[in-house]
Amino acid sequence: MDFESLTFSDVTRTYGRRRALHRVSLTCGAGEVVALLGANGAGKSTLLSIAATLIEPTSGEVRFGQATGRTAGPALRARIGLLAHDLYLYPELSAAENLEFFARLYRRGDVTHRVDTALCAAGLADRRDEPVAGFSRGMRQRLAIERALLHEPRLVLLDEPFTGLDDRSVMALQDRISALGRAGCIVLLTTHDLEAAEAVAERAVVLTRGRLVPIEPGPTPLRERYRRASPA
Amino acid sequence: MTFLATVWLVVRKDLLVELRSREILYTTVFFAVSCVLVFSFGFVRDGQPIDGAAAGILWIAIAFSGTLALGRTFERERQSETLRALLLAPVDRPALYVAKLVGVLVLLLAVEALVVPLVGILFQAPVLRAPWTLAALLVAGTIGFACVGTLFAAMLVRARSRDVLLPVLLYPVTVPVIIAGVRGTAALLQADPDAAMARAWLSLLVFFDVIFITLSLWVFEPLMTE
Repeated sequence: MDFESLTFSDVTRTYGRRRALHRVSLTCGAGEVVALLGANGAGKSTLLSIAATLIEPTSGEVRFGQATGRTAGPALRARIGLLAHDLYLYPELSAAENLEFFARLYRRGDVTHRVDTALCAAGLADRRDEPVAGFSRGMRQRLAIERALLHEPRLVLLDEPFTGLDDRSVMALQDRISALGRAGCIVLLTTHDLEAAEAVAERAVVLTRGRLVPIEPGPTPLRERYRRASPA
Repeated sequence: MTFLATVWLVVRKDLLVELRSREILYTTVFFAVSCVLVFSFGFVRDGQPIDGAAAGILWIAIAFSGTLALGRTFERERQSETLRALLLAPVDRPALYVAKLVGVLVLLLAVEALVVPLVGILFQAPVLRAPWTLAALLVAGTIGFACVGTLFAAMLVRARSRDVLLPVLLYPVTVPVIIAGVRGTAALLQADPDAAMARAWLSLLVFFDVIFITLSLWVFEPLMTE
């Protein structure tokens, strides 16, 4: 299934008495790269988990085009790619085995070619058979990015994608994210790297204590606009 | 991807991970063997075991080592949050439950393959008297124990005190399975074996298995959605 938009309508999520998200409303269209900014614990990862259908909102609704997570089920999940803070990789398996497992789980054809391409994109072709446990954080991050994009998702959710990456890898990832936007994907990313976010995102929003505040577009650097939008 | 293809894919991955680390197999086998050895010091006097002790000790070793295996199996999926990656995949979520169940079963059956002869030797139990009925009792009992355990272990994977909660929740629910396993095995191992009684307990175990598996498949998906 394909969808042209991702819409959060009055989404609230509570954990016991703590409110992680409060009446969040946001629409992201196809081909749009949206940066989700905010301090630690602001609710960014919770919002991404809700978009990934892993967490249900306490109230409110998330729509993927016309579908919801409950109605579309596996067909919808096949179109979602999530890079989470935890990298979803098996440390005992090699880089190639990890990618192969997820490629098969997502029912993708031509697994060998797909895995080889992903390993080249991650710069890990020469270490394909080494266990992930021996990789540096940056190498794991690059592999996890490829894992999240292996099945060509329509909705790409990236939680702190620049973590642990060197300059060259950050630039390569920025190019990759821009290319995803041009290809019609909906990209929602969280980051504390405002320069990197500014380079790829057409729009930015900030979460402050669970509430969503839009950041006005303008010629001034994103950092300044972000500071104006988020109270101290 | 069909249900069974998903099950096979996840089981194969789990076995490959276990083959590389051998962490769960070694700890589970070591625990089960230690358990049987310690009990043998208490329940065998002057070379004579106490009547009916072998069946109880066999099932205690299975239940305790099974709890250990269940906890470790899901701890592994929690470390890199790979359970969430599995739940995000476009597969039937009950297939993930069945795959985890099969993985735990393979592990426990491997442990039983070692523990049963050990109990036979240390407690002079005639484990080869009715091997197929004994095997059926062990398989049916292990399925009953593991299917509830797999559900609870998956459910508790994000709970802070999961190591305490798992046995607290698991043992009361699986008491009927353990009792049926012990009584059925005891009927086979006693001096005057009662095959009819063993088959009756086996039927009860199969009944428990059907009930527990059906309930687990039904509630797995809603329980795993946060």
